[in-house]
Amino acid sequence: MAVEMRMRDALREALREELLRDERVFLMGEDIGGYGGSYAVTRGLLDEFGPERVMDTPISESGIVGAGVGAAVAGLRPMVEIMTINFSFVAFDQIINNASKFLYMSGGQFNVPLVLRMAAGGGSQLGATHSHALEGLYAHFPGLKVVCPSNPADAKGLLKQAFRDPNPVIFIEHSALYGVKGEVPDDPDYRIEFGKARVLREGTDVTIVGYAGSVHQGLRGATMLEEQEGLSAEVIDLRTLRPLDIDTVIESVKKTNRAVIVEDDWKFGGFAGEISAQIMERAFDWLDAPVARVSGKDVPMPYNRNLEFAALPSEEDVVEAVLAML
Amino acid sequence: MSTKAISGRPVTPGPDLLNHFLYQMVLIRRFEERCGEMYTKGKIRGFLHLYIGQEACAVGSINALEPRDRLIAHYREHGHAIVRGIDPDRIMAELFGRVDGTSHGRGGSMHIFDTEKHFYGGHAIVGGHQPVAVGLGLADRKMGNDNVTMCIFGDGGVAEGEFHEALNLSSLWKTPVLWFCENNGYGMGLPLEKSIANDIYKLAEGYRMPAVRVDGMDVLAVYEETQKAVAHIRAGNGPYFIEAMTYRYRGHSMADAELYREKDEVAAFRERDAIERLKRRMMEDGHLDEAGFEALTQRVEEEVAQSIAFADASPQPEIQTLFDHVYHEQE
Repeated sequence: MAVEMRMRDALREALREELLRDERVFLMGEDIGGYGGSYAVTRGLLDEFGPERVMDTPISESGIVGAGVGAAVAGLRPMVEIMTINFSFVAFDQIINNASKFLYMSGGQFNVPLVLRMAAGGGSQLGATHSHALEGLYAHFPGLKVVCPSNPADAKGLLKQAFRDPNPVIFIEHSALYGVKGEVPDDPDYRIEFGKARVLREGTDVTIVGYAGSVHQGLRGATMLEEQEGLSAEVIDLRTLRPLDIDTVIESVKKTNRAVIVEDDWKFGGFAGEISAQIMERAFDWLDAPVARVSGKDVPMPYNRNLEFAALPSEEDVVEAVLAML
Repeated sequence: MSTKAISGRPVTPGPDLLNHFLYQMVLIRRFEERCGEMYTKGKIRGFLHLYIGQEACAVGSINALEPRDRLIAHYREHGHAIVRGIDPDRIMAELFGRVDGTSHGRGGSMHIFDTEKHFYGGHAIVGGHQPVAVGLGLADRKMGNDNVTMCIFGDGGVAEGEFHEALNLSSLWKTPVLWFCENNGYGMGLPLEKSIANDIYKLAEGYRMPAVRVDGMDVLAVYEETQKAVAHIRAGNGPYFIEAMTYRYRGHSMADAELYREKDEVAAFRERDAIERLKRRMMEDGHLDEAGFEALTQRVEEEVAQSIAFADASPQPEIQTLFDHVYHEQE
C-alpha cells in the first residue's frame, strides 16, 4: 500500500519507524523537540518518545556532531539534525576529521553509524550565508556517504536505509521540497539501497542528470523540450552522490549521445564537473556534443528575488543547454 | 591490581602498586627515548610527539580506571596507550607503519586505537576529540552503564571552541566524563599566559562541575585525585575536571628547535622528575633498593628492545589493502 504525503511527513515517518524498530536509535538537534524542528520534520516525536530519544540541544553544532560521533562509536545509532547545511561548516572538523576517518585511522576497529540530517538549497531569499547547496562538497570525502532525495518516497526509503548503514551518512534535504507531495509505501521494511540512480523518464535524444531539487528543473525542462521542440529527454535522479551510480548515467548517455547535468551548486569545482568527467572517461566515443552543466552562478547568493532567481538554475536554462548541443 | 577506590575514599597504593607505577613510568620514558632514536634513524616518520616528563599524568590517572571505562586522548598518547594495557610491541609497530600495528599502519604515532581496551584514539586536531568524549559518556548514560569516559587533552586544547562546547554539554547532560587536562605550559611553543586568559580549572568551574588542580609531576597525587573523580562520576554525579600541572622535557615534536624556552627552565622541572621522586620515596620506605631499580630498568630496556625488534620484523602493508577500512561493510 502507498499513501500520499508530503516529504516532511515521509521523513518523520522514517524517523518514527526507526525509533520504534531499534532502541539504539535516538535523535538530537537544535529545536527538534519542543519546537518540532525548524522544518517541522520532527514534530510530535518528543511527545511520543520522550526527551532521552528526542533530545533538544543547544546551538552548538561542533559539540553535538562530535557527541553524535562518540555515541555512534560507543554502540548507539544517533541521528543529529544540524538544522541547515549552512551551520554544518561550524561542525566541519567533526564531520571531516572524526566521522569520516575514525574507521580508517583505527585500522577498521571503530565504525561510526551516524546519520547527519541537514536542510539545504536556496530560493527562499535567505541570502548568502543561508542558501548553500553543497551536496557535492560532502561527496568529496572518502568515508562519508551522501544522500539527497528528490521526492517523498525516496526520502523515506533512503532515510530508513541511512539508519541501517554502519557508516556516517550525510542526509541532505532540499528545503524547497519539504512540501512536495507523493505516494509513499507504508511497509515498515521499505528501504532504498544506496548507489542506485533512478530513471524518472525515458528518452532518446538527451540525458538530463540531477539530484535533490535540480531533478525538478530537469523534469520540467524535459517536458518543455517535448512540448515545444518535440525532443525526447531521459531524466535521471542520482539519489545518492556517494556511492554514485555512474553506470546508469553511462548506459543512458550511450543511448542518447548527449548529457546535461543540473545542480543548484556553483559550477566551479562543483559535482556536475565530476559527473561530466566520468562521462568523458567512460563514454567519450558515444558523445555527439560536449557535456553541458546547468549550475548555480558563481556568486554568493543575493537577497533580492530577481537576482536570486538569476543565480539559480532553471528549466529554461536546461532547455537552452539542450538546444545548444543539437 | 585490585586496589581501586570503590566508595569514593582513595586507596593508598601499597608496595606492589607503587612498583607497578614506577615500572610503567620507566617503561614509557624508555619507550619514548627509543622512539626518538628510531625517528632519527628514519624508522618512524611523520610527526612524533614524545611524552617524556609527563609520565606521572598517564600512570597516576589511567590506573584509577576500570578496564570497562573508556579512554580518549590527544596525539601525544603513546604513554596513555601503554598504561591502558595495549601491547607496546603493537604500538611500536604502528609507529613503524607496519601491519602488526594497532591500526595496521593506517594511523601512525598520533592515532593509536584499541577496541578491546576501549581506547578511542589518539586524535590530532587540537580539541577535536573533546566533543566525541561527550558522546561516549552520553551513550553510557543512555544505556544505563556506570562507565566513566576519561578525556585527556593538553592546555593547547583549551583555547579551542570545542573545549567550551564539550564542557558545557557534559555539564548540561550530566555525562560521566572525566576531563583530564595535561597542562605542560606550552601549546606547541606558545606559553600558557599567552593563550588562556584564566586558570584552566577555573574555566571548568564556570561550567558548574567540580574542578581541581593537581601536581602532575607527582604520580601519587594524580592517582589520589583521579580516584576521587572516578568515584564521583561513577556515582552518577556528572562530569569532573582535573588540571594536572606537568612539563615535557623534549620539544613539541621532533622538529622543535625549542627557541621559546631557556634550558634552565627544563632543568628546574627535571629536579621535580616524577620517576626520581617515586624512586626516592620507595627507597626511603624500604620498598626499593638500587639493585631492584637496576633490575627494573634492565627489564624495561629488554622489553623496549623487543618492541623495536617486533616492529622492525613486521611486514609493510600490502598495497592492495590501500582501500580497506574506508567503509564498514556489515549492517
